[in-house]
Amino acid sequence: MNIQEYSSREILAQFGIPVKPFILARTPLEAYEAALRLRFPVVLKAQVLVGGRGKAGGIKLATNPEEVRHYASQILGLEIKGIRVKKIIVSEAVDIRNEYYISITLDRSKKSPIVIFSNFGGVDIEETARTNPCAVMKYPVDPMLGLMPFRAREFAFSVISEPKKAVAVANLLWKMYNAFVGVSANLVEINPLAEDSEGNFWAADAKIIIDDNALDVRPELEKYRDVEEENPNELRAKSGGLSYVKLEGDIGCAVNGAGLAMATADMIKHFGGSPANFLDVGGSSDPKKMKLALQIITGDPDVKVILVNIFGGITRCDDIAIGLKSAIDELKPKQPLVVRLKGTREEEARKILEPCGIKIFEDMEEAIKEAVSKSRETR
Amino acid sequence: MSILVDTSTRLMVQGITGRDGSFHTRAMLEYGTRVVAGVSPGKGGERVFDVPVFNSAYEAVKHTGANTSVIFVPAAFAADALWEASFSGVHTVVCITEGIPVQDMIKIYHHYRSKGIRLIGPNCPGVISPELAKVGILPASIFKKGRVGVISRSGTLTYEVVYHITKIGLGESTCIGIGGDQIVGTSFVDLLELFKQDPETEAVVLIGEIGGRDEEEAGEYIVSNFNKPVVAFIAGMTAPKGKRMGHAGAIITGGEGTAREKADYLRKLGIPVAETPGEVARILKGIIQGRGQ
Repeated sequence: MNIQEYSSREILAQFGIPVKPFILARTPLEAYEAALRLRFPVVLKAQVLVGGRGKAGGIKLATNPEEVRHYASQILGLEIKGIRVKKIIVSEAVDIRNEYYISITLDRSKKSPIVIFSNFGGVDIEETARTNPCAVMKYPVDPMLGLMPFRAREFAFSVISEPKKAVAVANLLWKMYNAFVGVSANLVEINPLAEDSEGNFWAADAKIIIDDNALDVRPELEKYRDVEEENPNELRAKSGGLSYVKLEGDIGCAVNGAGLAMATADMIKHFGGSPANFLDVGGSSDPKKMKLALQIITGDPDVKVILVNIFGGITRCDDIAIGLKSAIDELKPKQPLVVRLKGTREEEARKILEPCGIKIFEDMEEAIKEAVSKSRETR
Repeated sequence: MSILVDTSTRLMVQGITGRDGSFHTRAMLEYGTRVVAGVSPGKGGERVFDVPVFNSAYEAVKHTGANTSVIFVPAAFAADALWEASFSGVHTVVCITEGIPVQDMIKIYHHYRSKGIRLIGPNCPGVISPELAKVGILPASIFKKGRVGVISRSGTLTYEVVYHITKIGLGESTCIGIGGDQIVGTSFVDLLELFKQDPETEAVVLIGEIGGRDEEEAGEYIVSNFNKPVVAFIAGMTAPKGKRMGHAGAIITGGEGTAREKADYLRKLGIPVAETPGEVARILKGIIQGRGQ
C-alpha cells in the first residue's frame, strides 16, 4: 500500500526523524492560513501517489502568504499523471546545503532488508542507478538481527568521511529501520535527505510503502490508506474479496486466480483485442463474488464484451454458474457475454447456463478469440 | 520417481479442524496421501476423518512419525505455525496460507535454510506427485502420472497448463506451486536442482509472472547447470507498472520485473517461452518427440 507524503512524514516524525513543521490543506484559503502559522520560506507540495510532481508543477516555493495562496490555487486542481490534486502540504522549507538519498527496502533475491544510499539526492534513484551505478551504495541488513546501531555506524562511516556527519546519519538510519519494522514497511525512503547550513539533517521528502500482507494482520495500519485517491471500483472489489485493476481496453474479464487472470488479459492482447481490466474472483465458489464481479464490469462504460474464464479446481463450476445466472438475471447486461468453464462439475454448470442461451466454451483460447471478435463487431 | 512428496510422505495437517483444513484433509486422504496427524491447539484427542488431532506439532510428530507438514492456519497465526513446524522434527513444510507479513517471512526463510528444512510457499496450492501423494489443494482430477515436472508461482494458471499437458498425452512427475508472495521458501532454481536429480523427470515447465528476478535466475541456472529441456510461460504482459496483480509478489517495481523483460531474457538464453498455456504443451510435445527420434 502506497501512502501519501504527509502520512509518511508523520510516521518518520513519530520515530524521531527530523521533519520540518507542515500543515495539510485542501483549499487556497486553508493553505494561506496554514502559512501564517509557519516560518517562511515555505514549500507547497501536491499530495498525490505518483512520481514526477516537481516536473508537473506540483511543488512550489513561496516567500509570503499571498504567494502561498496564489500557488495553492495553481496546484490544487492540477492533474498529475491522470490524478487530480485534492490536497497539498504547506511545509517550512529546508535551507539545503547538501542532498542525499537514503532508503531501506526489501531485497527480494537475498530475502533481506537492504539499505540504499547515494550522494546524489533529490533525483530518481533508478535514474542514478542507470546513469551512474557506482554512486548507489547498498548495504544488506542481517535478516535475523535486524539493523543493529553499530552496523548502521559501520555503514555510515563507509559512505561519509566527516565523523560528526556520519554519526548523525547512522542515528537517522537506525531510526528509519525502527520505522521500517514499526509499520511493516516494504520501503522507507527519504529523498532528498537534506543537510542544512548548520549541518542538521532533515527528511525533506518521504515515501513509505506498507506491506499489503501486514494489513490483514495489523488492521490499524489501514488508517494510512488514502481512500480518496484509490479507484472506487478497486476499493469496492477489495471490500468484497476480489482483486481488480482497471486497464485501458474494452473486454471486461472475470477470472478465478491471479495467474490465470493475468494470462487471460495477456491472451486477449495476443489475439488482437484489449482487456478492460484484471479481475481475480478468488479461489472460493461464493456466488456473491461472481455477482459483484459482474456489477463492477458492467458498470465500466469502456466494456464492450464480457468474458468469464473459470478453471474449476477447488472452485466448483456449478457454483460459479449459479452466481453468474443470478447476476445476469438481475443486472441484464447489454454487452455480449462469453463464458468459458472447465473443470470440477462443468457438466452441471452447462445444465444451468445453456437453457439461458449461454454457450459455454471449454477451451480458453477459443473463448478469448470469440470475445476478441465480438469486441471488433461492436466497435 | 518424483520429488518432495511420494509414498514415504507421512503428513501432518496444521489447522486440521478449520474449514479449509478439514475439507482438504479429506481430499488428500481420498487421493491416497498418508495423512497421519492433525494439529489444533486445544483439540488434542479429537479425530478428523479418523486422523488423530494433537495440541502441538511436536506431539504430533512424536506420536505418529510425521515427516511433512501442510499449513492451513489463518494468516494471523500462520507465522507462528511455521515457527512451530520448524521445531517439530519434520523435514518438509508446505504453507497454503495467504497473507503472512513479509518481515515475518524474512526471518522464517533464513531460519528454515539454516535448519535445512524445505519450505514450499506460503500462498501456494501445494505439491502433487500424481498417483503417489498430494499435499495441498490442487485438483487431483487434472493430473496424470508422467514425465514432466511443473514449477509455478500461480494456482489456477498451473491447472490450466497442466490440463493441456495431460490432454496432449504427457503427464506430470511432480507439480509444485511455489507461491505468489514476495518471499517464498523455495525458488525455481532450488526445484530445478531437485528435478535434475530425478531420473523420471524428462522435461520441466516453468510458470512465472511479473515481479522479482526468480525467472531470470532460473534461466541463468538452466543455461549453466541444467540438463533437461525447459519450456516457460510468463503471465502479466499486460500488467501496468506499480499495481499489485492479485498476488502480493506480482508487482512491477522500479521498472524491474516486467513479463516482457523476463520472456525476452529467457528466449535470449535459448529457453522457449510459450505465448499461451496450450502452446506450452505443444512445444513440450515437439521437444519430447524430437528427442525420441
